Parts: sequence; structure tokens; C-alpha cells
Amino acid sequence: MRIKGLKTLSLLCVMTSATSVMADAGKLLATAGLSQIEGSGGGGLVPWATLAGYDTRDETSASVFMTNVDVTDYRLSSIGIASSFYDRVELSYAQQTFHLPVSLNKALGVGEIKQNILGAKVRLFGDLVYSDYPQVSIGLQHKSLDQNTVASYLGAKKDSGTDLYLAATKVHLGLVAGYDLIWNLTACATKANEMGLLGFGGDGNNHYQMVMEGSVGLLLSPKWVVGMEYRQKPNNLSRVEEDDWKDVFVSYNPNKNFNLTAAYVDLGTVATQKDQTGLYLSMTGYLW
Amino acid sequence: MVSFIKASVLIFCLFLVACANQNKAPESLYDDVGGQPVMIKITDNFIQEISFNRTIYQYFAKTNIDRFREKFIEYLCVSTGGPCQYTGDTMLKVHQGQKITEADFNTTVDLLVAAMKDAGLTYPQQNRVLEVLAKTRREMLYQ
Repeated sequence: MRIKGLKTLSLLCVMTSATSVMADAGKLLATAGLSQIEGSGGGGLVPWATLAGYDTRDETSASVFMTNVDVTDYRLSSIGIASSFYDRVELSYAQQTFHLPVSLNKALGVGEIKQNILGAKVRLFGDLVYSDYPQVSIGLQHKSLDQNTVASYLGAKKDSGTDLYLAATKVHLGLVAGYDLIWNLTACATKANEMGLLGFGGDGNNHYQMVMEGSVGLLLSPKWVVGMEYRQKPNNLSRVEEDDWKDVFVSYNPNKNFNLTAAYVDLGTVATQKDQTGLYLSMTGYLW
Repeated sequence: MVSFIKASVLIFCLFLVACANQNKAPESLYDDVGGQPVMIKITDNFIQEISFNRTIYQYFAKTNIDRFREKFIEYLCVSTGGPCQYTGDTMLKVHQGQKITEADFNTTVDLLVAAMKDAGLTYPQQNRVLEVLAKTRREMLYQ
């Protein structure tokens, strides 16, 4: 699985080095959005219609990100790379490491679960800022676990799966007392349990389900964005409850090379542990 | 009793003032940002910003800057609801043949934002001005 990831990385490198026009200051500040926890351009928990990077229709861009989520009983770290081509296509790769608490570690004999996610997204139409209608993109995330011990123990049917989503995102200039408002709505077809970390499908439900995800944010200045997100989740495993995810975030964009986002996340019940709340921290570096 | 009447009259007056304020026509963006002196300041700052940007300056190499200044002040004034007449060409005609890329357009937006900031506009005021100017973006790009 790791080799597959590396192959993707080198493919991305070859593809991007073949093009000479690179995003320097293409889009407006903060309009590249953030790095989503599964590697796609987006908000923090929700993939958006925005592509990860400041490229315009004549440029390419690449970014790397690192995200840590530290909730009551679990920790999740996610690292990855995303590249966007001509403000049209985005390719991404992320590796998540899910750290289990010692109690579960002893019971299951598993300390951490790794998940690889390959993502692709195509902007169908619209411009985030300038079109009268929203920017609309379609995307997929192919996910695979490095081992299925925990997933199958909990009743999941598979250790890999693919999410499909359609996202609409729009910035309204000066809408709220002169401040720019950004909103996003995503419809996602998924079989993933807890984003895939607990496998795909289950004894309770083994079909694709449509879930809705949404975000809303306010640009307080060109550099500061505050907002909140909501991510609906399926409930496929009969023995372990799964809750919807929510967060409130603040994002700092000092320039077009860097982004830092902090959020308070409420993940509800995750793998039998109730009230999983905590801090989400994410950094994105835009390489070009 | 007297103080009660006084208080009633006072409250009534406040009520009238509040109503009068509500009935007043909403101030135009032009007036809100400070009228003609600010339009001129934004335009001069904008020209200054352009003159220091190698990429964007290329587009203005053959431009009559005095004419540009005059027409841009008019254009800003009219776009923000001020009492002016725009006597220049359409956005399409002005930008035609220049093949302005999206990246250069956005860089120019950044320059205009800097010009507005230096002219003392608050962030919400800057956003409102961008909102009215953004409507003709299609006539400026890749023409």
C-alpha cells in the first residue's frame, strides 16, 4: 500500500514538472480553501468544490498538508499532498494514522490503523467568487486500510471503498455587513464507517448511502476566516454507534504560501467511546 | 406628574427621531466611503500600485494615464452610486485585445484592494466596492 502511495506521488511529480506555468499569485487570498482531513481541497471535515491550490486556468499548483485531531480517547494524524491542474482537476493522496487508546490496543492487539486515500476531483462549472451561481465539482476518494482486524471485528464487510461526492461552494462578496460569506454543500455517497477507519459497509447496512455535509464561514479580514461545519454519517455497524461530526474553525492565511487552521471538533461517539471532542490542527504549505 | 409628562415627551421625541432615521434613504456606497475625494485617492493609489508592478504595468504601457485617471474616477463614482456620468468606453472595449489572464486579473484586484486600503476604506467597504466592480469581470478576461 505504501508503494502504491509512492507511485502516485512520483506520478504527480512527473505530471507537474512537465508543465512550466505554475500558480504564483493566481487566485485571491484564502480562496484556495483548506486541506480536508481526507486530502481533498475543502474545509476541514468536508470536501468542497474548491480545488486545493491557487492555480488559475493557465496554471498548476501543488500543496502539502499535515493535520492532527486530538479527541478524548483517540488521535488521528493525516499527511498528504494535493495537486491542482488549470483550476479544473485536483489529484490528492493522504495517509491517515488512527491511534487507538491502550485499553483497546490490549483487547484487539492493534495499536494503530493506517488508511490510504487517493482522491480526484473535477470542477464542473462556476467560479467560487465571480459566477452568479456556485462553483460545482464532482469528486471521489478511494480509501484502503492497511489491515482489517478492527474493521472486521466490529462487523465491517470490506477494508476498502470509494466515496463519491458532488459539492457546491460559493463566496458572496460583502454579503454580511460588508464581510464575505462562504458556504458549501456536499452530497456524498459512501459506505465508509468513521471515514473508512472502521472499514466499509456492515452488518447493519451494506449499501451506499447518501449523506449531506455543509460548511459556512465568514472572512473577517483577508487573512482570517471563521466558520463551522457539519458532516452527516452513515450507521452501518449494528454494534457500534456512529454520530454526525461538527466543528467550529478559525483559519489563518498570512499569504498564499501557508495556511493554519484550528478547530474544536465534536465527533460524538466513535468506536464505542462516547463524547469525543477535542482540538483539530491543520497546516497547509503551497509549494507553487 | 410633571416628570412623568416630561419623560413621556422625551420618549415620544426619541421615537420620532428613530422613525425619521428609518425613513431616510439608505446612504450610497459612494457617500459611505467618503465621496469624490476618496474616489480620487483610490484612483491615484491604484495608478501608483500599477506603476510598481512589472506584470500589470505592461498592460498600461500605451495607456494615456491622464485619460485613464479621469475615466477611472468617473467609473468608480458611477459604480458606487455617486452623482457622476461615465464618459469612457465599455469595460469590454477597454480590455479587448489585451488577452488579460485570470492570474493577472486577480493580481490587479490585489492592487486595487491595496489602493482602497491606503485610501482609508475599511475591509467591509473594500468588499462592497469589489462586489459592484466584479459584475463586469467577464468583459475584462481573455478578450
